Amino acid sequence: MAQAEAPESAPDPTAAAQAAAVELPPEIVAQSLGDWFRAWIARLRAGESGVLPVIAGIILISVIFTAISPNHVFLSAGNLVNLFQQSAVFMVLAMAEGFALLLGEIDLSVGYVGAVGGVIGVQLVQPTTTRWPWWGAIIAAVLVCGVIGAVQGTLITRVRLSSLIVTLAGLLIFNGVMLILLLLGPFSGYPSLAGDNNNLQILYKLMWGTIDPLVSWIAMAVIVIALGALLWLGDSRRRRSGLVAPPVSLTLLKIALIAVVAVVVVAICNINRANIGTLEGVPWVIPIVLAVLAAWTILLQKTRFGRYVYAIGGNREAARRAGIKVGTIVTWCFALCSLTAGIGGLLYASYLGGMSNNVNGGQLVLYAIASAVIGGTSLFGGRGKVLHGVLGGLVIGGIYNGMYLLGLDVKYQFIVTGLVLLVATTIDALSRRGATGGSAARV
Amino acid sequence: MAQRSADAPVAAEPLLKVRGLDKHFGAVQALTKVDLDLPAGQVTALAGDNGAGKSVLTKCIAGIYQADNGQFFWEGHPVQIHSPREAARLGIETVYQDLALADNLDIVQNMFLGRERVHNGLLDEDDMERAAGKTLSSLRVTTVRSIRQPVASLSGGQRQSVAVAKAVMWNLKLVMLDEPTAALGVVQTKMVLDLVRRLRDRGLAVMMISHNLNDVFEVADRIAVLYLGRMVAQDRTSAMDRQRVVDYMTTGGSSRAGRPANGEATTDGAG
Repeated sequence: MAQAEAPESAPDPTAAAQAAAVELPPEIVAQSLGDWFRAWIARLRAGESGVLPVIAGIILISVIFTAISPNHVFLSAGNLVNLFQQSAVFMVLAMAEGFALLLGEIDLSVGYVGAVGGVIGVQLVQPTTTRWPWWGAIIAAVLVCGVIGAVQGTLITRVRLSSLIVTLAGLLIFNGVMLILLLLGPFSGYPSLAGDNNNLQILYKLMWGTIDPLVSWIAMAVIVIALGALLWLGDSRRRRSGLVAPPVSLTLLKIALIAVVAVVVVAICNINRANIGTLEGVPWVIPIVLAVLAAWTILLQKTRFGRYVYAIGGNREAARRAGIKVGTIVTWCFALCSLTAGIGGLLYASYLGGMSNNVNGGQLVLYAIASAVIGGTSLFGGRGKVLHGVLGGLVIGGIYNGMYLLGLDVKYQFIVTGLVLLVATTIDALSRRGATGGSAARV
Repeated sequence: MAQRSADAPVAAEPLLKVRGLDKHFGAVQALTKVDLDLPAGQVTALAGDNGAGKSVLTKCIAGIYQADNGQFFWEGHPVQIHSPREAARLGIETVYQDLALADNLDIVQNMFLGRERVHNGLLDEDDMERAAGKTLSSLRVTTVRSIRQPVASLSGGQRQSVAVAKAVMWNLKLVMLDEPTAALGVVQTKMVLDLVRRLRDRGLAVMMISHNLNDVFEVADRIAVLYLGRMVAQDRTSAMDRQRVVDYMTTGGSSRAGRPANGEATTDGAG
């Protein structure tokens, strides 16, 4: 029927009919796996690529860097775990940036706001000064960042300043604040997490701590089974009630994919990666990133708040007319963005083993935006998932890691990352044009 | 009150009575002492040239604009409409020209936007999808391939139908359609006008803003004409003809009127 009506609305009837047909997500029209695959190919041709570019990017990066890295070390267990750890910061910052991008806004301050969170965490646990417990320091760092975001969000929504300008000001302001905070205490600007103190150790282990191999296998099995059961029960309940649901084979394929990825990751991490002695197990940072991913995915996909975020990103006026308190939601998004940036900052501090004035928040925010966009989050708002930030972070982390292995200078890293960002935004803009081309003719 | 006009055949009080509505923006007087009756079970067409104040009047009733002066009577009782939420609480829904749909959300998500059903704090997607499907099929909006498709992939008529169905989802009594057939082809216009009739047959009061006199004379039971912010005519469709409506729209009066226009009497009486 869609085809029958399309000629009314667009100059070229066949093009409109095709557009109407190909824009549908494959899950909702497919009756079988074959159908799904065909719909997916059709959507791909129309520019609705989803996560495909980022998956292709990850594979491409793996192949290239494995081929040219010394001793093909890129895909070794030691380097892959290292890569996860390096990427984790980009992943979390990209998830933070996602809150702003989904609204069609931007937050340029995530790098330095995160850095401020990192410095706060590191300074508070110092045994010679404040001596806060590790959990107190983490909560304080994350909350301070959340408040920073709430203030920025309030300026954007209540004073109606542009988010670009407010957060650009934030980038400068919090760069300064970070430098001030670094100088507090007797460490001449370089507070470190080195030492025997338990609180220092736990902050250090956010990135470098590992989970016992047996425990990680069990935890992985529990998570995969729980996730698989949820997916299976949800889809089959919808199928029974005659609601729109993917075919059984697709549900099984998804569950299998999750299981394979989980097993591969845990297996890699459980290989002994030390040159001398033993270093094995899943780093803490992986469950930390997964927890952030799970929390924000539930928030954005399963709650009213999340629905409103997407609605505001898609059509702010429609959201307002639906009675959504747009200002409140936007303010909360900036608060959550900065709060998540605080988590990223703590992980970064842990990665560096302390904080210093070498932390370049301006570069971090560009990597964060690049990660989110490369992962498939749109700069125009309303499109993208939390998972996209994680996948994009892996790409940026891969480039960063691979170029380091090659011994290439940081200047080449900047150039390559910039080029990748350009490619990602081009894909975003093109798919956007492809998607609205049809509907623009209809309005 | 010199209220002896259009709703004469309907014994009951009109669902919504607007009396003496004034609205200005700075120095511009957008509405001057506007009276309007919207009876249940009838389609009232609101006609008028560009800038006559049709959209302002609609937005005042929808609670988006606050009128400077004037009263609303809902089922005979005086009411205040200060916000879209208050309008929604009374049972007033508006389907705007730009449809107010979010392209990136699917049909179900759009239909429940702002009123999602939740279960244990999480969205109850299954329940919402069932309810949306039921409403769409009750309105015989059956041309969409899947109610989980994004609104961006719908044709103009389908989008309009979804926007109307979204309004009907709720326990509403008055639906205002802003140019529902603008930019639609012949087949889709017919589909939307059929939908308007179905709303009326359900006993809803329907207000339809339209430039298109063909559509107006096809579905409207009553016609109200605004001219430069004043209500210059308001009568049953059977008492009007095209030329008179055009005269009212373009000059604010009609020399062809066989009898004094009831609408003018209404306006004067209230003023």
